[in-house]
Amino acid sequence: MIIFVQAAGGFFSWEWVVNHLDDIWDRTVEHLMLTAIAVAVGMVISLALSVVALRYRWTYAPITWFTGILYTIPSLALFAFLVPITGLSVLTAEIGLVSYTLLILIRNMVAGIDGVPPATVESARGMGYTDRGLFFAVELPLALPVIIAGVRIASVTTIGLVTITALIGQGGLGFFILRGLNLFYSPVGTTQIVVGTVVSVALAVAVDLTLVGVERLATPWSTRRAAT
Amino acid sequence: MIEFLGDVVAWFGNSANWLGTAGILNRLREHVQITVAATAVSTIIAIPPAVWLAHRRIGGTFVVAVVNIGRAIPSFAIVVLFLPISIRLGLGIGFWPTFLALLFLAVPPMFTNAYTGVAGVDPDLVEASRGMGMTDWEVLAKVETPMASPVILAAVRVAAVQVVATATLGALVGWGGLGRFIVDGFAVRDNVVVFAGAFLVAALAIVTEVALSAVERRVVPAALRSRSEGVESVVA
Repeated sequence: MIIFVQAAGGFFSWEWVVNHLDDIWDRTVEHLMLTAIAVAVGMVISLALSVVALRYRWTYAPITWFTGILYTIPSLALFAFLVPITGLSVLTAEIGLVSYTLLILIRNMVAGIDGVPPATVESARGMGYTDRGLFFAVELPLALPVIIAGVRIASVTTIGLVTITALIGQGGLGFFILRGLNLFYSPVGTTQIVVGTVVSVALAVAVDLTLVGVERLATPWSTRRAAT
Repeated sequence: MIEFLGDVVAWFGNSANWLGTAGILNRLREHVQITVAATAVSTIIAIPPAVWLAHRRIGGTFVVAVVNIGRAIPSFAIVVLFLPISIRLGLGIGFWPTFLALLFLAVPPMFTNAYTGVAGVDPDLVEASRGMGMTDWEVLAKVETPMASPVILAAVRVAAVQVVATATLGALVGWGGLGRFIVDGFAVRDNVVVFAGAFLVAALAIVTEVALSAVERRVVPAALRSRSEGVESVVA
């Protein structure tokens, strides 16, 4: 990123930044909200689909096939598909953003639970756990490191994709990038592009590190680093 | 809704929308052209150093950092950011800012996927090759590269699909391509054109993925097929 700040040197106005701190803060909060809703809804849907895939093995292939197709569709195209149906709305943005989290989340949830040692599952059954108790009290906690690794990837990816929703009237920090694009020949324009980009990347890094912290707190027994 | 889809079908049925500079065929040609160019140049930039560095086991931590940071950089931002840079470099709008942004976004994941593939070759196998008297170069060319070839091919496929997706955004900085229909459709609030453009872009991305997967299946020997599973793909 440093290279870009330098390349834009002379095209960067600190004055604009100082005068627009409130704006930048508001857009950052909006960016976080769009991301949080997408990842939260994505997790609920993914958990449900993962439970189905674990219970009925044959459904795993079609589920990953379908979410894989969603994942392959370019984001601008996916948002464009939805605009004629749901308009230039937050709903359009969220449907698209949620779609992209599913493949990553489901893959990691299923892999995480599959990775629970069979001996542990046997012992839990021997201790009298029911299916439901086994899932929530044993399998899910032991799968947490792998699941959180998926949540990290989904969150960071979503933060990047939120910027594109500027084109459908949302966007969080993407708003600055889009406005900067319309003014790209002026220092105020390039400043906004750089601010939108740098703050968005910083947000992704901050959220990623926060989730690493959450993982450490949530799985105090885990000594190994989770596979990503 | 039915009426709307009827309009979309009618749009595709109109030959005027297929021909000429702003027609589907020319936009498709532009899209494919920049995708092939960017994927080819990225492959040349990314793969040889990745294979060599992984062979020498140099830069493992760097690779992990690149993967994580790469995901955090929004493709939209990079495409837009390369517009003033390209103008400053005297390369103008259109092809060059799009092309440079595509390289910038495609090279890091391609590099890291290929690196991981070569670094992941069974060390026993490498040891055995050395024990058989292979030179350093022979180990690289006859053992590590073929063993890692499924991952390397998968890395190229993933990059090509990512490039198809990102090239759509080139329409924002004056490039043609199929993204034009979406961006221009948004500008004049013509949902039929937006939807048709979205369909074309999605179809091209899926066709690219399916076609390159088919190539992989034909080229990669059956015994090595499961090795391409850890390859990271990126949404753009």
